[in-house]
Amino acid sequence: MNILFSLAAGLVFGLGLIVSGMANPAKVLDFLDLAGMWDPSLAWVMGGAIAVAFGAFALAKKRTSSLLGLPMQLPTARGIDRRLVGGSLAFGFGWGLAGICPGPAIVLVGAGVAQGLIFVGAMLAGMSLVEFLRRGR
Amino acid sequence: MVIDWVHYTPLASLLGGVLIGLAAALFVLVNGRIAGISGIVGGLLRPRMGDLMWRVAFIVGLLTAPWLFQVFAPLPEIQVGAGTATLLVAGLLVGIGTRYGAGCTSGHGVCGLARLSPRSLVATLSFMLTGFVTVFAVRHLLA
Repeated sequence: MNILFSLAAGLVFGLGLIVSGMANPAKVLDFLDLAGMWDPSLAWVMGGAIAVAFGAFALAKKRTSSLLGLPMQLPTARGIDRRLVGGSLAFGFGWGLAGICPGPAIVLVGAGVAQGLIFVGAMLAGMSLVEFLRRGR
Repeated sequence: MVIDWVHYTPLASLLGGVLIGLAAALFVLVNGRIAGISGIVGGLLRPRMGDLMWRVAFIVGLLTAPWLFQVFAPLPEIQVGAGTATLLVAGLLVGIGTRYGAGCTSGHGVCGLARLSPRSLVATLSFMLTGFVTVFAVRHLLA
């Protein structure tokens, strides 16, 4: 059952990325280009998503299990460290270079965009590298 | 600052945002999980029993979304300006950065901010900052 809901959530999430314009890298770069012809559209994506999800997370925080009886797995990390900030800064650097973040990258692959495949390949390599270094310690 | 009114799509972007929020809300309430794409993908690289299929299903959903969309309307324009070398560097940075930073635009930017996580606020401000700076450098300093 939870597999079915995962599929549905991924599907709705992906449709949201397409409808919102997040799946178009050119639009993402125009949003990040404050000094050029600025397209502020994508601020509405984050605003709309947070507004809708806010109540759900407030409810989720009070529960120990999900509606399907699965454990409620909210992040427990609290510390703000160099890994968090350094990693996020590096992510933003890559995001600003191509205008692609992980969700839209996968949608691009689904849409049959060749550049999406190249990006996802490199992204998986980067993620594997971090995983490899973690295991080595 | 000059607003690009021609390409400004507040309604479509808001509607898309609402769909993303609905997916994240459904996901946490029903499955008890954060809809963070980098985390969902990253977990596949560290396979554990019983922890695999829901990740694959979510990703299949993302992959299928363009197909479902096309049942109702032609796909909106997708324009990738970056060349192969840039895509490779950008992909690597996004892969490494999101795993060290424990999240991306969805996990930190949507779910994290919606649950008022200070860590996610710091992460979101950090990647927004370098996102803005990088585009400024590429389009206005190096071009």
